[in-house]
Amino acid sequence: MKQLDSTITPIDSDSSSQPILEAEHLRKHFPLRNANPFGQKKFVHAVEDASIALYPGRATALVGESGSGKTTVARMLAGLYAPTSGTIRFRGQPVRLLDRAVLSKYRRHVQLILQDPFSSLNPVHDVRYHLARPLRIHRHVRNKAEETEQILSLLNRVNLSPAEQFIQKYPHQLSGGQRQRISIARALAVQPQVLLADEPVSMLDVSIRLDVLNLLLRLKEEEHLALLFITHDIASARYFAEDTFVMYAGQMVEGGPSDEVIQRPKHPYTQLLISAAPDPERFSAEGSKTSLTARGEIPSLINPPTGCRFHPRCPHAMPVCSERFPKRTDLGGGRWTHCFLYGNGDDKTEKTDTKS
Amino acid sequence: MVTQDNILLEVKNLNVDYLASNGTVHAVTDVSFTLRRGEILGLAGESGSGKSTLAYAITRLLRPPAQITSGEILYYPRAARNQDDSRVTVTNLPKNGRRGFRRGKGQVREDEVIDILQLSSAQLRAIRWNDLAIVFQSAMNALNPVMTVGAQIMDVLRTHRPDMGADSRKQRALELLQLVGIAPDRLRSYPHELSGGMRQRAIIAIALALSPEILIMDEPTTALDVVVQREILTEIMRLREKLGFSVIFITHDLSLLLELADHVAIMYAGRIVEKATQRDLYLHPRHPYSYGLLHSFPTLHGPREKMSGIPGSPPDLRNVPSGCAFHPRCPCAFDVCPKVLPVLQPALATNPEQVVACHLYDPRYHAEPPTTEDLAKAYQALAEGSTVS
Repeated sequence: MKQLDSTITPIDSDSSSQPILEAEHLRKHFPLRNANPFGQKKFVHAVEDASIALYPGRATALVGESGSGKTTVARMLAGLYAPTSGTIRFRGQPVRLLDRAVLSKYRRHVQLILQDPFSSLNPVHDVRYHLARPLRIHRHVRNKAEETEQILSLLNRVNLSPAEQFIQKYPHQLSGGQRQRISIARALAVQPQVLLADEPVSMLDVSIRLDVLNLLLRLKEEEHLALLFITHDIASARYFAEDTFVMYAGQMVEGGPSDEVIQRPKHPYTQLLISAAPDPERFSAEGSKTSLTARGEIPSLINPPTGCRFHPRCPHAMPVCSERFPKRTDLGGGRWTHCFLYGNGDDKTEKTDTKS
Repeated sequence: MVTQDNILLEVKNLNVDYLASNGTVHAVTDVSFTLRRGEILGLAGESGSGKSTLAYAITRLLRPPAQITSGEILYYPRAARNQDDSRVTVTNLPKNGRRGFRRGKGQVREDEVIDILQLSSAQLRAIRWNDLAIVFQSAMNALNPVMTVGAQIMDVLRTHRPDMGADSRKQRALELLQLVGIAPDRLRSYPHELSGGMRQRAIIAIALALSPEILIMDEPTTALDVVVQREILTEIMRLREKLGFSVIFITHDLSLLLELADHVAIMYAGRIVEKATQRDLYLHPRHPYSYGLLHSFPTLHGPREKMSGIPGSPPDLRNVPSGCAFHPRCPCAFDVCPKVLPVLQPALATNPEQVVACHLYDPRYHAEPPTTEDLAKAYQALAEGSTVS
């Protein structure tokens, strides 16, 4: 199988390498149908201000509860939704994803793996069909023999063996883990440089989740892929990704190296998420009933709270929090957060060119 | 410590089959366990391990093609009731065949035992919600979308407490909502007006309406976000302290159970393969499957090391592997495993509380039982060898 040229040169540090896919200030508002045609237009403010950069050979996790907008970000990056505003850059070039030809080329490099392997495969088609389509559409094969060869090699790469048997199976003959492997193989068929994995293991059985995660990790290493890993499970983000970004109600609240973010969370929401995650080690500390720092759920995004959207739940909320959204504060070591507790970012010496 | 009157529910050799046209599925095979008063018993396993079927069997909610083929589910009602217990039994129950069924206060002798599997449908109606309540996985589907939450709580009270007046029903409904942390004005809300967490709380409120002794929770928080899940779990713990019911908590998330439960039973392919206290299970899981399951969850602390998971996929229950059903996936399997079915027995003589169904701990086959490190090594060898190339 021919490899992409990017696989040859490994990056030594993230500062020297350029992000392959970069999104700046993405915003997505979904219009709501209004019964009153003269009434004010209403929107779901799904994503307010999301900036993210993906590097070759690195996995970035996007963590948040349902309704935090993480899937919307992935879909905008995949070109399924057009952003309301903001730019997406691929290899430094802004891409106009509304253009079908551009989108088709873009999809050759950026592929999305969907959450639910039970509904993301067509039940009336076999595995060969699913894997042959991307190969044909993106003209990676010229004839049937080449196609079969490539499909078999794809199946082997995702550890589905014997590949000769799997090629003619239908989705209903496969288990959840095997289906998700087919989804991964389908994404790999176009030889992408970026994989966007939207909760790739949350629908799978617990014992096979790690297998699929390890498969993605291996592919990342071998093919030097840039991976976006969307999850609600902060522990698997730590296991999987070098960098972790935390989203809340459409706003990015914190980001940085995974271990740093998870061991020493700065933003109150990240602290809340981590204190809520199941942790068997907690019981050994006897009598320490876990106390949540905040309660409640993600607010309605039709009328989101002003300023920092976490302020109604935040135990440290200050008057300024409801007035405006804090700017990005760099904490050093790649860490950043949007929180007034750590400065509002106004007077910080930061990269003023791109980051807010 | 384990005295007879401590036991609340005893399941003995329960078997549940699904009579499918292409073969009988043995969903639950020879399951026995006891639930003590005030205890949280966790049942963990992958999907298809029979844990939900077991919950439905205990409540007798199974419908054909499911069939309870054999076994006993013995319920030991509380021997003496408190004087202030406002519980009233349904008066229009048939009297014949009600062996040991409680009537009023303090009339139950201590030796009276109810076999839930022998109850008639009218008796079941009386025992459900009164003594045995279940919280389902999907609160969205468990609540009636065209009735207000309050009406659904009062509906339970109207059926099971016919002599309760409308005012006191409403009062009780308000109490219950407060108990689970929902604002009382939500009584008139419809389910769609509530968030997922609030719906789950409402379901718990309904389950607690008649202060049952046993609460069966079938993945009550799986559909919820972590923060909401944490709130609900804290709520359950608090209510248990306050009301003293016992919980059978079913989930696939073992890390959650280890935090919550007193005892944990691990199920695989319809059988319990290991049963232990949470501490024993966490510190030294004995069954290779328990070890694998426990180490399938990335942790928040400690070194970030490569984890291996369990190779293969869960078995087809129509065609369960012979001997120990886990042997095709087990890194420690040896020649006896496919031939002989292991039985639950104490892993080590020093700790009779931790029972495991594994030949590795049988002195006939292994002189020296493996340690947790041995299991870890077996899994590591597996990870480097075949699955991850």
